[in-house]
Amino acid sequence: MLATVVPVEDLAARIPDGATVALPPDYGYCALGAVHALIRRGARRLRLLGVPAIGFQGDMLIGAGCVETVETAAMTLSEYGLCPRFTAAVKAGTITVVDSTCPAIHAALQAAEKAIPFIPLRGLIGSDILARREDWKVIDNPFAPGDPVVLLPALCPDVALFHAPMADRFGNVWVGVRREQMLMAHAAASTFVTVERIVDGNLMDDERTKAGTIPGLYVTALAEAERGAWPMGIPGGYEPDQAHLARYAELARTEEGFAAWLEATVMTRPAAAE
Amino acid sequence: MGPRPEEVLITAIAGMLEGLGHIAVGASSPIPGAAALLARERSAGTTRVSILGSERNNFFTDGGKELFDCAGQGRIDAFFLSGAQIDGAANVNLVSIGDPDRPKARFPGSFGSGYLYFVVPRVILFRLEHTPRTLVERVDFISAPGFSEDGVYRPGGPHKLITDRCLFDVDRDRRRFRLESVHPGHTLDEIVEQTGFDFDIPPGGVPETPVPDDDTLEVIRTRVAGQIAEIYPDFAARVFATPTH
Repeated sequence: MLATVVPVEDLAARIPDGATVALPPDYGYCALGAVHALIRRGARRLRLLGVPAIGFQGDMLIGAGCVETVETAAMTLSEYGLCPRFTAAVKAGTITVVDSTCPAIHAALQAAEKAIPFIPLRGLIGSDILARREDWKVIDNPFAPGDPVVLLPALCPDVALFHAPMADRFGNVWVGVRREQMLMAHAAASTFVTVERIVDGNLMDDERTKAGTIPGLYVTALAEAERGAWPMGIPGGYEPDQAHLARYAELARTEEGFAAWLEATVMTRPAAAE
Repeated sequence: MGPRPEEVLITAIAGMLEGLGHIAVGASSPIPGAAALLARERSAGTTRVSILGSERNNFFTDGGKELFDCAGQGRIDAFFLSGAQIDGAANVNLVSIGDPDRPKARFPGSFGSGYLYFVVPRVILFRLEHTPRTLVERVDFISAPGFSEDGVYRPGGPHKLITDRCLFDVDRDRRRFRLESVHPGHTLDEIVEQTGFDFDIPPGGVPETPVPDDDTLEVIRTRVAGQIAEIYPDFAARVFATPTH
């Protein structure tokens, strides 16, 4: 079956307002071109899910007013410091943060990929992460009483959105060792992927590419976007645009600076990669 | 030249890692990363080091979950945690100051601390800003508790707390820190003044944190510096004057 291949703007148009959108961390393959298109289309009330953390793309979406809630283990620009628009929004109370921890997000997505209602996880007991989560429960281990265990409901995102080095015409997407992106695709109702290039042939024909490939059956639509991670890089591909990221981190410290960055970088360009 | 403060810390931490099979290091941790690499250099090939953010020191092939699953199974012997605040009961706060819903300060978040602190046997706490603002009586948000009630599954927990001024040992029975050594150039009075929580001071005086010998310094400045530069080029250039690339 052939993949649905659309322009990046159309891909973003398929992500509805109010959707829960699972995003990879900055060290994964981030679909910044599509994120910028989401901002251009004026997306609203998005519920971001960090798998397990979010960086620049989340801060940009928050700054542009696209976000209602963020569930994540962390929001960070790593060596560029705190996420400035996230921090401002939390202090102003304009977004809701649902604090989690990395393995809880991974485990709850695994529950979704298995289509089971919940999954137990060790740790957490006595933390304020747990104390503030009304959706998590502590039960006594039914197999060995006297052993309290946390239960997490399955996390079923409406959308997974990420980038990848390549796909084929059948919608098979190669992510290599970035298997959390495979987990995201398994767990989400719809998966939208931008890729550096769409290759000839079938990625499933070679065992070496097949092992790191998300089958097309999980992929809702694809967009070809060369340098579609920019200004992020892709591991094994191109480096992050350090100068641009540093400038973003500086400008986004104020609302005016962020607005100027947004206008110059996102709003006036048909696609960020150009 | 003599040992730099960072090299004293690296050597002290490496001493806590001796003989371990698998040491994992998280994000934003150049000194723990260098210490783990020093421990590996001294291990004659028996210590494995996994460093987040490193291409060369990362063995995981099953996605972001694997580090945690691996730790949960007991396959990771030591890990490092820091915090915006750490309190006298070894609770760690990576989230916020003040009311979490309308915080005075907001930090990135708990990362994997709410899990790894429970399952990794030796969690080494590090905070390189030792002040009453960071080492507090009680944290504003518990990302991960220092200790757990009886009956809670807890094979892991705090092993030591190292700061830019001193090293604390952990008394797991009394659930308190005990001053173990004071770094060169610092004093007991200064540490008492700069620490926001109560801690035990052993009777009979507190030794100075040992400084690395010449052989250790040589290893740090050559093999360790070269490897840490792959992950933290700025840190390596600043501390070891490695060539930037």
